[in-house]
Amino acid sequence: MIVELGHFALVLALVLSLAQASLPLWGAAKRHLGLMEVGRGAAIASFVLVALAFAALVNAYVTSDFSVVNVVENSHTDKPLLYKITGVWGNHEGSMVLWVFILTLFGAAVAWFGSNLPPELRARVLAVQGMIGSGFLLFILFTSNPFLRVVPAPANGQGLNPVLQDPGLAFHPPFLYLGYVGFSVAFSFAVAALIEGRVDAAWARWVRPWTLAAWCALTIGIAMGSWWAYYTLGWGGWWFWDPVENASLMPWLAGTALIHSAIVVEKRDTLKSWTVLLAILTFSLSLVGTFLVRSGVLTSVHAFAVDPLRGTFILLLILVAVGGSLTLYAVRAPSLKGGGLFAPVSREGALVLNNLLLSCACATVFLGTLYPLFLDAVGGPKVSVGYPFFNRTFVPLMVPLLIAVAGGPFLAWKRGDLLGAMQRLWVAFAAALVVVIAGLYVTSGGPVLAILGFGLAAWVACGVIAEWAERVRLFRAAPGESARRAIHLPRAAYGMTIAHLGLAVTIAGFAGSAFEQERIQEMRPGDVVSMAGFDLNFRGVEEVQGANYSADQGNFLLSRGPETIAILHPERRFFPLQQQTTGKTAIHTNFLADYYLALGDPDGKGGWAVRAYWKPLVPWIWIGAVIMAFGGVMSLSDRRWRVGAAQPARRPVAVPAPAE
Amino acid sequence: MTRKRRRLYLVLGGFGALAVVSGLVLSAMSDNLVFFYSPTELRAHDVPAGQRVRIGGLVETGSVTHKDDGATIDFRVTDGKVDVPVTYTGPLPDLFREGQGVVVEGALENDGNFQAAEVLAKHDEKYMPKEVVDALKKSGRWREGATTAAAAGPGMGAAAGQ
Repeated sequence: MIVELGHFALVLALVLSLAQASLPLWGAAKRHLGLMEVGRGAAIASFVLVALAFAALVNAYVTSDFSVVNVVENSHTDKPLLYKITGVWGNHEGSMVLWVFILTLFGAAVAWFGSNLPPELRARVLAVQGMIGSGFLLFILFTSNPFLRVVPAPANGQGLNPVLQDPGLAFHPPFLYLGYVGFSVAFSFAVAALIEGRVDAAWARWVRPWTLAAWCALTIGIAMGSWWAYYTLGWGGWWFWDPVENASLMPWLAGTALIHSAIVVEKRDTLKSWTVLLAILTFSLSLVGTFLVRSGVLTSVHAFAVDPLRGTFILLLILVAVGGSLTLYAVRAPSLKGGGLFAPVSREGALVLNNLLLSCACATVFLGTLYPLFLDAVGGPKVSVGYPFFNRTFVPLMVPLLIAVAGGPFLAWKRGDLLGAMQRLWVAFAAALVVVIAGLYVTSGGPVLAILGFGLAAWVACGVIAEWAERVRLFRAAPGESARRAIHLPRAAYGMTIAHLGLAVTIAGFAGSAFEQERIQEMRPGDVVSMAGFDLNFRGVEEVQGANYSADQGNFLLSRGPETIAILHPERRFFPLQQQTTGKTAIHTNFLADYYLALGDPDGKGGWAVRAYWKPLVPWIWIGAVIMAFGGVMSLSDRRWRVGAAQPARRPVAVPAPAE
Repeated sequence: MTRKRRRLYLVLGGFGALAVVSGLVLSAMSDNLVFFYSPTELRAHDVPAGQRVRIGGLVETGSVTHKDDGATIDFRVTDGKVDVPVTYTGPLPDLFREGQGVVVEGALENDGNFQAAEVLAKHDEKYMPKEVVDALKKSGRWREGATTAAAAGPGMGAAAGQ
């Protein structure tokens, strides 16, 4: 019964979304307030309905209702409760319901918090959200219905893929989707602005917090996925340039460009049509990412052939959304007049450079990811594009970007003083130089690129701190005055400083991974392996029993000299239901380096294949990502968003607000 | 600074960036595209030793032998018609099994042995890499319905070795 209610709620939500997509648009054209207001009610109601449907599905999983096909295929009574719940989005149908749930959540948030938006703009934004929602609800109801029943109901389910039964992956999809789908708000605002033919500073003020929130979630989502791959796959790789990863990286790169270009629209009332285009492209890339992962084209053409309807449907959705919005852009963008002028060397110029480099980097990822698919589709040879391609295209584009990150904030709006900025960056330059020289000396000319990476990280970190010091006039004003300035600096400014520092930390993590050491060998109980100053003593393997698996659990003593550091328990888990073995690594971290241990196969003669790695600075990759996301949240908490948003839409000149 | 001047700078900057990207992509594409061959194609194409390629097929049953160092293994990749001897040192993915589909990246040596730098397998027992399916179809060894590919979730790709 609850299952049928869930299904019914989805159908109702579709009807409401269709109303939300059409009536407010009509009302806005006719300037009929009543019709425009339909959008708000419909958005909130369809959110409630989709939430009910989602809850019904969660309920079916938690109570192990095996009369539902989706539950049979992905759940089992023996599964721990956490994985019963996360199993809801561990499969195609459920994850699409989550997708729409988050979409309607954002729609309802716009309706709820958008009281101070001009009514026409709000109506149009909600209408576009309604169109996206209708498309995906149609997709779910016609091709991926999670509420289908099976008669007779089997006694138990097939369980969830063991690799997905992991806390890191359990929460990776919700964050990723918060990011992907959050960009839909920027998209809807862009399309609404094109319909109105007007983009102003108030528009940018509205778009930025939504984009920033989505960006924070996406940053965390990508970091979680990478962290999961790192500790699950058993050899400590954290980025594979796998098409599925690239699918999430592309909207992140475009979204990063968007949060920067929206600053220019907000402060200087220029770069409008580029920002609108970027908002459209960012969400389009989110849709492409959804298509790549959900249509099955990546994992196998075979999967696509089993159910071609799904892939074709998403492809059609992309064509309508991207084609429609770009056509609208082509017609309307020329009428978006730019405002303030600026010299090439200026804050605006630096942000344009940021946008150029980020979108070019995004383009290289796009080409590298889709070229093999394209070649395959036209019947060409089978090729793969791996990390060497991305190392030679993506990485060279990141270097100038990182150099610019430190310099940009020193430039004034309109016309900057490059020489002055360079003079104020001498500390950062000296720090970078010292790091590079010291690095080359210590490693006696070791991996040059990694040492240059450290130099760049030092450059960015010191540049960011120097910029903060400049603002609070550290050491140049009385300490009390500096402290007063530091307290009164807007949260948005701190947001930028923190996010850029996070970037420096992540870069250092990337560079540090070049210095990893590894020992891969057969070990017998009692054997000792030494690496990076640590001794690893293998004390044996015992069998342990988990909730729905049995495992060989290794017992290793990690010590440095006489001091015991940790006891590590890597496992090989066997899931009888799926007849599948997965590894469970053991990691000891002190946040400067990871000691990473994986247990391989037994050789049948008492020996076990053991893989041990020492990975310096690798934890910084994810720590940096969390710092970046925290910077975004800090910026979101700026009171300017709450105060500023209430201002009327027309604003003749840009606000001389504190610089970002 | 006039509006026209600014537009000129932006257009020049845009084209400059486009040129740099095209250059980078084209040069990286020409060197770093890795072609995929079935064992039959590998022999037919006369791939020169040292060129980085991927081969895919099944791990021939009974062909896996471990060397004494505990890290190096030998096995044969077959598509049912031709098989290629492969040597690999490093960690194997969990799903590496005899009789299962596998994709191996590396290069041929002069003696015809394939030195693998990377062994790829997907983390799903039901999964068969699509290249392997196609290769098996070509050699007539594919049984329809023998495997069903399941796209269980994001980030399922697994690779071992670098």
